[in-house]
Amino acid sequence: MAAHEITFDPDDRYNAFLTTCKKAPHGDGKLGGIAVAVKDNISTRGIETTCGSKILKGYIPPYDAHVVGLLRQSGAAIAGKTNMDEFGMGTTTENSAFGPTLNPCDTTRVPGGSSGGSAAAVAAGMVRMALGTDTGGSIRCPAAFCGIVGLKPTYGRVSRYGLIAYANSLEQIGPMARNVSDVSLLMQVISGHDRRDTTSYTRPYTHTPSPDIKGIKIGVPQEYFGAGVDRNVAEVTKRAIFRLEELGATTVPCSIPSMEYALAAYYVTCTSEASSNLARFDGVRYGPAADTKKSWHDAYREVREANFGTEVRRRIMLGTFALSSGYYGKYYAKAQVARQNIKQDFSRIFSEVDVIAGPTMPTIAFKLGEKSDPLSMYLADILTVPANLAGIPAISLPCGKVEGMPVGLQIMGKPFEDERVIDVACAYEQAVSQ
Amino acid sequence: MTGTGTQVIVGLEVHCQLDTRSKLFCGCSTDYRNDGPNTHVCPVCLGLPGSMPVLNKKAIEYAMRVAKALNCSILHESEFSRKNYFYPDLDKAYQVTQYDKPLAEGGYLEIEGDEGGEKRVRLTRIHVEEDPGRLVHMGNAERGKYSLVDYNRAGIPLIEIVSEPDMRSPKEARKFLNKLRATLEYLGVFDSEKEGSIRVDANISIVGSERVEVKNITSYKGVEKALNFEITRQKNLLRRGLKVDRETRHFVEARGITQSARSKEQEHDYRYFPEPDLRPLHVRSWVAGIVLPELPDARRERFIAQYGCSLNHARTLTGELKLANFYEKVVAADPKGLATPAATWIADTLIGELNYRDMSLDSVDTRNFTGLVRLLNEGTITDKSGVEVLRVMLDQRHTKVPCETPEEIVARLNLAKTAGDGGALLGIISEVIAENPKAVEDYRNGKNGALNFLVGQVMKKTRGRSDPGELNRMMVESLKNKEG
Amino acid sequence: MVTEKEVQHIAGLADIGIDTGELGAFTSRFNEILDYFDVLDRVQGEGPASCDLSNVMREDIVEPSLPQEEVLKNAAAQEDGFIKAPRVM
Repeated sequence: MAAHEITFDPDDRYNAFLTTCKKAPHGDGKLGGIAVAVKDNISTRGIETTCGSKILKGYIPPYDAHVVGLLRQSGAAIAGKTNMDEFGMGTTTENSAFGPTLNPCDTTRVPGGSSGGSAAAVAAGMVRMALGTDTGGSIRCPAAFCGIVGLKPTYGRVSRYGLIAYANSLEQIGPMARNVSDVSLLMQVISGHDRRDTTSYTRPYTHTPSPDIKGIKIGVPQEYFGAGVDRNVAEVTKRAIFRLEELGATTVPCSIPSMEYALAAYYVTCTSEASSNLARFDGVRYGPAADTKKSWHDAYREVREANFGTEVRRRIMLGTFALSSGYYGKYYAKAQVARQNIKQDFSRIFSEVDVIAGPTMPTIAFKLGEKSDPLSMYLADILTVPANLAGIPAISLPCGKVEGMPVGLQIMGKPFEDERVIDVACAYEQAVSQ
Repeated sequence: MTGTGTQVIVGLEVHCQLDTRSKLFCGCSTDYRNDGPNTHVCPVCLGLPGSMPVLNKKAIEYAMRVAKALNCSILHESEFSRKNYFYPDLDKAYQVTQYDKPLAEGGYLEIEGDEGGEKRVRLTRIHVEEDPGRLVHMGNAERGKYSLVDYNRAGIPLIEIVSEPDMRSPKEARKFLNKLRATLEYLGVFDSEKEGSIRVDANISIVGSERVEVKNITSYKGVEKALNFEITRQKNLLRRGLKVDRETRHFVEARGITQSARSKEQEHDYRYFPEPDLRPLHVRSWVAGIVLPELPDARRERFIAQYGCSLNHARTLTGELKLANFYEKVVAADPKGLATPAATWIADTLIGELNYRDMSLDSVDTRNFTGLVRLLNEGTITDKSGVEVLRVMLDQRHTKVPCETPEEIVARLNLAKTAGDGGALLGIISEVIAENPKAVEDYRNGKNGALNFLVGQVMKKTRGRSDPGELNRMMVESLKNKEG
Repeated sequence: MVTEKEVQHIAGLADIGIDTGELGAFTSRFNEILDYFDVLDRVQGEGPASCDLSNVMREDIVEPSLPQEEVLKNAAAQEDGFIKAPRVM
């Protein structure tokens, strides 16, 4: 029951939004009157939700995602639904069926993905805050490329009920904004247990960021500064970490040997889960109509070929293959063993340090159309996927520029220590703003 | 044809709907049968994008009761998996079921073996899964065929009980199914009267030949029919020197046959993997706290010991929970006097009369029935009259005419035994002897059938009000006296 | 290494169409990615530890269902309250 409404009619030259709510109702509360953008894979009752795909064009959910309900309760005005890589599958938002989003810092470049629309909306000042989702880096990557702050919470701290699933065991909804304080505020609103999501924990986030990091130990993994990372990006990030040392933190070199197979474990897991999650799109209960004059299998195949993009079809097939009879042990089962090893590596490192720091992405934002080869696109996720595989919190915040484009500093923390991750980010942000 | 025996090997996979109030993974009501299509559906059971399952604790409690009653072992850790395949009634395009970590393994069910005595049918496993929606086929060749789907049934909790291939005949399969059904009823977890609440897949082979799976059996009689058809089909093939193909077939109840399901069943690769939205179960510790009610076998033994029932009667009466409860209610007023006649009249007469009228036990008024048994026990009416009164009582319920008590019926139809009126009876006996000289002669020549005929003629004249035993004695006496 | 034929088989399993025109390029990309996945063959370990959260369940309480119109609202075709789907053989 909204008491007021705001008018939301921005100049969306970056194609950040798929749907805008021109008259957005809002109430009073923690986010009273604040315009918040919601990524288009999060269900919003009465508002079209497409996941950036033709196969959900026209789909209007009859229910709100849990976090959307929390936004409304806190008085936020839902400004609109933002563009994304189709079903979250991508690192640039170029895989959207409705055209790519442009990077407000340089419109010849991508904004990152898959939450590119949310990042661009925030970076361009169209909204103060946005919700994104992060399966393998999809909040942190666009935050880094667009020069804003984005947090992937600890797995289970934010309800996934209503998030249209891509990879259930990896993804989280998270806050994006231009500063740490707003990210923290949004996190306060959306976190907490939801009885409709049995993977959610009762660990509400009620923290106010504190810039005091004296005595904090920061692990710096050699793999984050290795051959695959651009020299300039590495340099800018090192300087940022040095700044943290000046604020009283100490750095500890470390190594994550399981990084060697982290990306493979990630792609096997997410494509397997996706192949199952996306099988329900058959044009019968929602989406573009299946041809009821054809036979079931023919109609089903036809709807999916016509309405899923190439990358989505590729990942569905990779996942189908990975789960298929004879290959389950080689791929999916092995990927879960790999995950356990990655968790153990982090556990070992976190017994010596409090947080881990490094670059968010190996490069600055690519030019539009630059990455046409899927495997090289996947390799760009190498620094972000470990946090999803381990379920630990990770934030990206701007820490400098290369060729005029933003570079993201990534801070990862122990499970359920999102607060500490926010504090380290807050300390850095305050230090450089002086 | 070396190595082909004629022994039949049967295993069953039985799916029963658990009688919870809400569905397995959401709060939708399970009481959908009288309501319109798609009225018991929510984002979760409709499989809307973004929805997530939450497990119904009652379903697990019920399943564990069954597992304990059937002597299974509960796994230390049990989990749900996704079984992926595409069909319009499966709205997520996967069924949430249990694959490599079911709720329980092992166990057994004892049935009456074909050779007499108790036979143990071992179980492989028990697990919990969700029911898909319901498909209705429409249209015709000219206007185009299509399907209509109702998702009310989607998400109903099912328990699947898999047996080892221990049964040796269709009869044993039917007995297994009946015993299983009764056990689930006694446990309070299953309502067998709900349409479609039980579904059976059967695996059958002749020793030495390939195994055939028969799906889509939805009735108890259907199991025996389907298996009989299959055995005949398989034996015919073997007799002609042909091989039995390993395949899946569908049972077509209306025609009593099985048909090859070749087109639908291309090698299914279900690509099972653990359901990432659900947490594992550690429920082995719950077993100790489960208190089982009295089960069919125990009740049967008690009926024999407490009421003096014969083994056969006890088996029949305890074969259905409602029947057992009905019996005990009827005899409650006077167990000593009513136990035996009630057992006889329920098992040997009432059940048959109800089946004939397609009536349920629920429509029998316990007080009136007890009254009828009392009248019979006291000798007020003959057995034949008893049957007549029972039929009147049932018909009145059936056609909803206001119901009379058995006493009222006896009075109205003048059925009270005329055993006291020996004089009038002797007169009728004399009449019958005089009217049937040939039969009397046959009797004198040693044909006992003639005696029954003569007694029957008296019964006709007295409209069944005479006690046959008494009448028999009087007839023999009279014939003796007329000799000479 | 998978062949074009095997890729078509997988597309059949997934019930997804691959245009014959795209098949060649799709197959070679597919193989590049599968080659990359081979690194998993070297992984050794015990596998996932027992989950910290278990026995998460709800009570058997009935909650309101969606009204029939809401259920049918997004469906392309319906008849008498049923959702219409292509025929199954």
